[in-house]
Formats: sequence, C-alpha cells, structure tokens
Amino acid sequence: MPLLQVKNLVVEFPGRRGTLRALDDISFEIAPGEILGVVGESGAGKSLTGAAIIGLLEPPGRVASGQILLEGQRIDHLGHEGMRHIRGRKIGAIFFFNVTSMNEIYTVGQQLVETIQAHLPVNGAEARARAISLLRDTGISAPEQRIDHYPHQFSGGMRQRVVIALALAAEPKLIVADEPTTALDVSIQAQIISLLKKICKEHGAAVMLITHDMGVIAETCDRVAVLYAGRVAEIGPVHEVIHHPAHPYTAGLMAAIPDMTQDRERLNQIDGAMPRLNAIPTGCAFNPRCPQAFDHCRSARPDLMSAGRTRAACWLHDASVWGGLV
Amino acid sequence: MSATPRKAPLVQARDLAMSFDVSAPWLNRVLERKPRQFLAAVDGVSFEIERGRTLALVGESGCGKSTVARLLVGLYAPTRGDLQFDGLDAHAIFKTPDGLKLRSRIQMIFQDPYASLNPRWIVEDIIGEPLIEHGLITDKAECKAKVGDLLKSVGLSPLDMVKYPHQFSGGQRQRISIARALATEPEFLVCDEPTSALDVSVQAQVLNIMKDLQRARGLTYLFISHNLAVVRHVSDQVGVMYLGRLVELADKHTLFDRPRHPYTRMLIDAIPKMHDTGRARTPVQGEVPNPLNPPTGCTFHPRCPHANDRCRADRPQLLDLGGIKIACHAVEEGRI
Repeated sequence: MPLLQVKNLVVEFPGRRGTLRALDDISFEIAPGEILGVVGESGAGKSLTGAAIIGLLEPPGRVASGQILLEGQRIDHLGHEGMRHIRGRKIGAIFFFNVTSMNEIYTVGQQLVETIQAHLPVNGAEARARAISLLRDTGISAPEQRIDHYPHQFSGGMRQRVVIALALAAEPKLIVADEPTTALDVSIQAQIISLLKKICKEHGAAVMLITHDMGVIAETCDRVAVLYAGRVAEIGPVHEVIHHPAHPYTAGLMAAIPDMTQDRERLNQIDGAMPRLNAIPTGCAFNPRCPQAFDHCRSARPDLMSAGRTRAACWLHDASVWGGLV
Repeated sequence: MSATPRKAPLVQARDLAMSFDVSAPWLNRVLERKPRQFLAAVDGVSFEIERGRTLALVGESGCGKSTVARLLVGLYAPTRGDLQFDGLDAHAIFKTPDGLKLRSRIQMIFQDPYASLNPRWIVEDIIGEPLIEHGLITDKAECKAKVGDLLKSVGLSPLDMVKYPHQFSGGQRQRISIARALATEPEFLVCDEPTSALDVSVQAQVLNIMKDLQRARGLTYLFISHNLAVVRHVSDQVGVMYLGRLVELADKHTLFDRPRHPYTRMLIDAIPKMHDTGRARTPVQGEVPNPLNPPTGCTFHPRCPHANDRCRADRPQLLDLGGIKIACHAVEEGRI
C-alpha cells in the first residue's frame, strides 16, 4: 500500500471577485521509503501541494474536493487539532525559510526536546539524549555543546541540519521538504542533500522534495512530478522524465537549463510566462506556449495518460485524438 | 581566443580592497577595552576586462563578490588600490564634477527585481529617470520615445510604460531593470546575480536578451553569480573568489575543463549533474570561515586536502602559471 495517496486534490481560494483554483485535480502516490520530487516554476502550486498535505494551508485557502490518505487513512478532513497529532509524528516538515522555522529565543536543545516530548512518551533526560544523537546523525560536530546554543549561533548550513533533526525528531514516515536547499550555497547544498538522502534511508522515511532546481531532483529523487499551472503535467521515474520528457513543457524546461557539458550560443527558451490563476486558458493550460499545440489542445483539457515510461497530460500521446499521424 | 592584437582593457582593477569598520561603539571600546575591528570584505583583487567581453566572478556567500561589484560602480570607495576605466582613474573622477559623466558609462543590474524597482513609479519614470538625471534628455516627448525604444530592445512593448512594477512578472521586471541600466548607453554593465531570483525558463529568456544586447551594442559585462552553469554559459573569463581574494582566474574553458585550484575543483564537483541521475555529488567539506578572523596562510587551508605547513603559514600570491592566474602553493610547487 502506498504511504501517501493524493487523489484528485483541488485547492481553492475564495475571493471577492470569484474563486481561484490554485490546485486542480492533482493525484499522485508516494511509496514507503521513496523520494518523490515535485518541480515547477513559481506559482505552479508546488508549495501549496506540500502545505495541503501537512494541513497548513493559509486561509482562505481550502481543500475544495479530493482526498489525501496517509497509510490508507484520510487526513484531509481532520481539522486543526487532529492534524497536530499527524504533523511531527507521522509527517515531518522542512521549510525553505530555515531562518524563520526555528524560534530564536529558545536553544536548539529546548526546541528538539519539546518536539520529541510532544510526540513520544519519554522523560526529559531520554529526550535530551535522543536530541543529541539526532544532532550527531545530522553531522553537527560536538553536539553535546552545540545543543545548548541558540539558532543565531549556527551558520545557514548548520541551521538547516538542525531543521532536519527537528523534522526527524519523532521518527515520521514521511518528510515534506519544501525548497530545503534554496537559500544555501552550492557547496553546502551538496552536503545537505546527501545528508537528507542518507538519513531518510537510515530512518526509513519517504520524502516529498519540493524544489525548482532540476539538478537537485536529478541526483536525489526516485520519481518526479512536474507541475504546471496547478496541474501535474508529467510524472514518472526521474531518469525518464529528464532524458525522455514526454510533455512539451518538461522538454522546454530541460532545454532551458544551462549545461555544463556543451557550449550553446543561446539557451532554448519557452516564450511567454505561466498564466495567472484567473486567466488559465481553456483546453491544455500550456497550449499558448506550446510549439506542438493543435486544435484539440485549445478546446479539451488532457488528463494524465500513459506516455512511454512516464505519464503525461498531453494530447500528443493520445493517437485517437489526432489520428495517429506520428 | 582569436589572435587579435592585444587591446588596452576597458576595466582594470589593481589591488582593490575594501574593509568595513565593524568595531563596537566608542563607549564600549573605552569601557570594555574592546579593540577596533575591521572586516576585509575584499582584500587585494586585480583583474582586467577587455571591451566587449564578460568576466564572471563566482564564489560562496560572503566571499566579497557583491562588494567588488559595488566598488566597480562607485557605490563604495576602495580602502586600497585603484580602478582604471578606459585609462581613467575612476574613483578619483567619481569625486569630481566629471563623475556624473563617468557614472553614465558604468551601470548596474541588481539581483532582486522585486526590490530594485520603485513600486510607486510607473515604468516610464523608472527608465526615464537616468536619462533626466544625467541631462541626456530634457524634452518629455523625446523621453517617452526613448523609453519606448528601450522597452522594445528588451522584448517588452512600449505600451507597458504606463504600468507599475507589480503588474509584471519577475522576468519582465528584470528586463525593466536591464532597460533602465541601458538608458544612459553605458559601455560597462555590472550584473550582480541578475537571474538568481528567477525560474529556469525565465532565466533563459533574460540570459538570451543579455547576450543579444552584448552583441548588438558591444557591451562589457562583469557578471556575478554563484551558479556555475550560468557562469559557464555567459562568460569569457571566470574569476573564483574565496574570502575576499581571487584564487583562480582563467579562460572559462580552461577553468571548467581543467580546474587547478583545490577550491575551484571542489566547487565544480559540487554542481548537481543533470545527466547523471542518482549520482552522489562529492560534497565540499566544511564551511567558509569567519571573515573577521580568517585562517592564517592560505585562507582555504582548513578545507583543503592538499594543505601542508607552508599553506598554513604563508599566504599564496596570485601568480601567472601558463596563462592562468592562480594563488596556490600546491599548484606552484607541482604537488597537484
């Protein structure tokens, strides 16, 4: 059984001038121990998907329909109090703003011990011992001393290690990591990614890794979901999506990344920009920017369909629609 | 790369240094006997950029890249060294009435397109301001026409000039910043992380425009970035900075194909490889030391696998070794 199932998730923001649909019919699964990458441009709905899963949607945003199941149990309708027992215990979270995701006026140890005791039946001494071993696992040297330091005494990379320790404190089965390395230098980023990979393997946790950095996805994830305008454009094994993208958007995104191995005078660019939520085109949301769009794309919206070894929401992969003129 | 006769460089920095006074307030110094303290953000950086070429500076946060950018446009006055621009001592001229004219030849593009445009001004005023400030245009209608041309040159419509910055996406805003920088028809553009706040697809659009403009107008760029793939795409020459000093300066192909300095090697190894899914990177060991209290000798020695006693005691100078400039005892001695 998959660890996490997201079924036809729709997230809406009601507003004065109508309701904005930010996530539209998103479905995917994460198996135990698997690392799923979620990529997309700003505003594609990556972080919102993560927030919906951990029950931290900012009001007035709400899950309008669809289901989120953790270990077969629905968690999308638990409400604030119910989710408090899920968050931390079953789903850990690592956020991009590691600077703001810790409380500056408590020591790292106090925060770790509080988190551990909130979820596990241990006394203070045991919790502290566990906190020290977590810090050691995340590669912090001299954890016995560092545990009594305040967050501002840590550098950016070290602080992100502490945040990972916090997320792992109660041995959750799933970790939602939203841009865990975005504010870090590439050298520190490599340290954090390899740590995240190693530690999740050791603790047997699955990871949903949200990022806009395809390089990080390529080296970390087992599968990847590409989001565009609040929908999944393509989902599949990471190697397939990167080397044989089935959706024209994924292909464009890959070609836009500067390459270390070859010289190009110009980068391929996808002209235009992602549509605003109040002006999503009819049919496929990508059709105005798509070099391969045909009439059917402008009128009918594609769902995920089988496309080689990945699944893509693109009519090019439904031969019946365009007469099989491959 | 081609065998053209060597031209005088447009930009020449000689031993540029900038240190900031980070001492405790006077009263604390007197009462608590704290010493004065200086942070050497840039500590003796020398390089040249030829007309029409691009020099990129790379390095981790806090290595002094952005301070170099601010020194070049005259936002800071250096504490040591000087900057020659087209044969003129730039920082001496910035202080005289002729400074304004020189400033119009050097412009800057900032990192964050959300913070560098005044949200209460329309685009016409944002791009027109340098034109009026430098006295290039006084007539209102002429200014409008010029702003329209500038918008067209960065792929926006002249109709956009009545809009406010919030009506544009991040990539479009960065194009407005570029149009503003181009308004005074500068020869030299200092670009401080111009695409690091942008998505990859938008980044590709902005980088393409910058390359097109360079070709069309013969612009010279100093390009600052921590993204090595972007640097490899845009630059001709690359300088690697570590704790306020250049450790390696070379042609981009030489630098990326045969990196010599151990720090450059570490940085290049740390790049995620797109075409090698699942391959674990070699993480760079350790972190950048505190610049207030830099290590003795070579500042990189605590993280360097090749460090020996000489590296711990003796600071390496930037030497010319077979066409590349490098500051490393191990390379100089032929140990690596």
